[in-house]
Amino acid sequence: MIRQPVDLPPILSVEFIQISDKTNIPFAPKARKVLEKVKKKEEEERVVSEQAPPAAKAKEKPDRIPLPKKQDEKKELIKKKQNPKEVKPEIRQASEFEKKEIIDTNQIAALIDKAKEETAKVKKNKNKLTQSSVKNSFASGLTLSEEDALRAQIFGCWTVPLGLPYDEDLLVRVKLELKQDGTINKSEILDHERMNKPGQKFYKILAESALRAVRICQPLRVPQTGYEKWKTIQLNFDPTEMLKG
Amino acid sequence: MKKIFYILVIFLFKINIAYSLIEVDITRGNLDPLPIAVSPLHVDPQSDDYKDAKTKELGSLISSVVEKNFKSTGLFNPLNKDAFVQKPDIAHLKPRFEDWSLITAQALVTGKLLIKDEKLKIEFRLWDVAANKEMIALAFTTTPSNWRRVAHIISDKIYERLTGETGYFDTRIIYVSETGPRTQRIKKLAIMDQDGENTKYLTLGNELVLTPRFNPTNQLVTYLSYFRNLPRVYLLDIETGIQEVVGNFPGMTFAPRFSPDGKKIIMSFAKDGNSDIYTMNLESRLVEKLTEDSSIDTSPSYSPDGKYICFNSDRSGLQQIYTMKSDGTSTKRISFGDGLYGTPVWSPRGDLIAFTKVKGGKFYIGVMRADGSGERLLTENFYQEAPSWSPNGRLLVFYRETKSGKNGEGFTAKLWSIDITGYNERELKTETDASDPSWSSLLSK
Repeated sequence: MIRQPVDLPPILSVEFIQISDKTNIPFAPKARKVLEKVKKKEEEERVVSEQAPPAAKAKEKPDRIPLPKKQDEKKELIKKKQNPKEVKPEIRQASEFEKKEIIDTNQIAALIDKAKEETAKVKKNKNKLTQSSVKNSFASGLTLSEEDALRAQIFGCWTVPLGLPYDEDLLVRVKLELKQDGTINKSEILDHERMNKPGQKFYKILAESALRAVRICQPLRVPQTGYEKWKTIQLNFDPTEMLKG
Repeated sequence: MKKIFYILVIFLFKINIAYSLIEVDITRGNLDPLPIAVSPLHVDPQSDDYKDAKTKELGSLISSVVEKNFKSTGLFNPLNKDAFVQKPDIAHLKPRFEDWSLITAQALVTGKLLIKDEKLKIEFRLWDVAANKEMIALAFTTTPSNWRRVAHIISDKIYERLTGETGYFDTRIIYVSETGPRTQRIKKLAIMDQDGENTKYLTLGNELVLTPRFNPTNQLVTYLSYFRNLPRVYLLDIETGIQEVVGNFPGMTFAPRFSPDGKKIIMSFAKDGNSDIYTMNLESRLVEKLTEDSSIDTSPSYSPDGKYICFNSDRSGLQQIYTMKSDGTSTKRISFGDGLYGTPVWSPRGDLIAFTKVKGGKFYIGVMRADGSGERLLTENFYQEAPSWSPNGRLLVFYRETKSGKNGEGFTAKLWSIDITGYNERELKTETDASDPSWSSLLSK
């Protein structure tokens, strides 16, 4: 009589301990109660598992799988169950902790993947020296919508000097070092020497207007995450299309 | 170990990302005029007659002229003074940029003036409000009565600093002033500052005057007037008032214009129904014939380097624009559109030729490149012609007549200007009706 419930395969792993605690259970009704308790336990465990993805946990701590420790864990679980006040915080702790760990792991994994992708892209770019391809890969640091948002913001702030000639090469490249809140830490005209050369008045005017635009615009609309990606950006101010009208 | 591994990975990633720079192309911006604050000039309390209202007002008057100049360009938007937080006495020292950026000013003009011993000393500064830095600072000394010209010079300096082009505010426009009914117009030569102030009449109106043109190097003017019922080209020195006939031609001379160095006059000379283009050296009085054609060649204008001449001719049947070398060789037709082309004028920049076009009963002012390509019609109207370039090649001034009734009622002739982009078309205020404008070069160089 005692061994029959023990032999029930579904109950084995969970109920073993319970049953061992109540080895003197003589009647089947009591056994049913035990089964009900088992079901309840299962439900509780499901809740816990939903809060903390089991796969990650298993991957993360493979050393702790051995049976004796597993038994200890089960004992702890029972204790928790007997004292609900202790169970609640433990569940919370476990979920929060695990979440953090999992997020970090994913982020790192993502970073590794990203790093690989970008390394590959840089390698490709080295092979293909066309400017557009380089620019495309660089632009991948922001999503299209993020890039559009930033562009739209600068559009509004940039007062294009209307007197500029449209048939001159007047591309101004501004390199910005940004703070995390989108304000400008440092701004630099990449072809700075050209500003003070004779006959480059229009370039100087355009460069100054570009610097004014970014200063007026700050804080720039940058993503809330991925600061490392966009902490340095380059804006290429090209008024040609506008001046041609 | 794992932590070290992660740190290493992140570190490597950081190194990697240092090479990947995000680039964003900015190909559009706003075309709004640049908001600029022109603070009234602070009047130094040590000035003579400081308590005199006129002296106190001078700072505001000068800033008002500067503002008006900027507004007329269409490139700047002078902000309302009522919104200024800082007073001129503080602003001219070192502006609180936050106060000015608060009212959306991107540029700020401050300054002060001192009147001492009948001399007016003016200092002004242009500030980049966004960059918190000074862009230009200059001082001038002149007589107090010259304050308006100083305001124009300040405008020119600021305009040049903000646009890269030389200004055109310290200039004059000479034109034909017209009064009386349309059938009996009295036409006088008149001259005014480019903003319409200080109008002076140079002739009495006894003789018909037409097509006055400034010498690009000095204050000499050439124009056409009738002498014994024959049109003749005259020279007039504005500063001395001395007037003389150019050459002793047996027929009609008309459409005069100076060469870029001011040493020659190029014009048309008509005889026996045929008109050709001639030059006359003002020093040696030597005359040279440049075209030899049975057609009507007229309205010649030099390129700014003096190497080429554009003119209009009907040698192809219809009036079109041609160019040739300054010795009269290598003649080439450059206008090929529908309609008639006339009054070509070479831009002081050298890149464009302005013209009047007549098509479908309407008159257009337009520009084309020196090779005839890129024709752009800037403005269309019932009747308008005679474009003349501002000294920086940015604007054109021309005159426009309104449609009138059978008896000439409702007729007006006014001066207008337009930017070469086709924007900022506006009427220039003149005391009377006006036609045939010509823009001078900068008075202060």
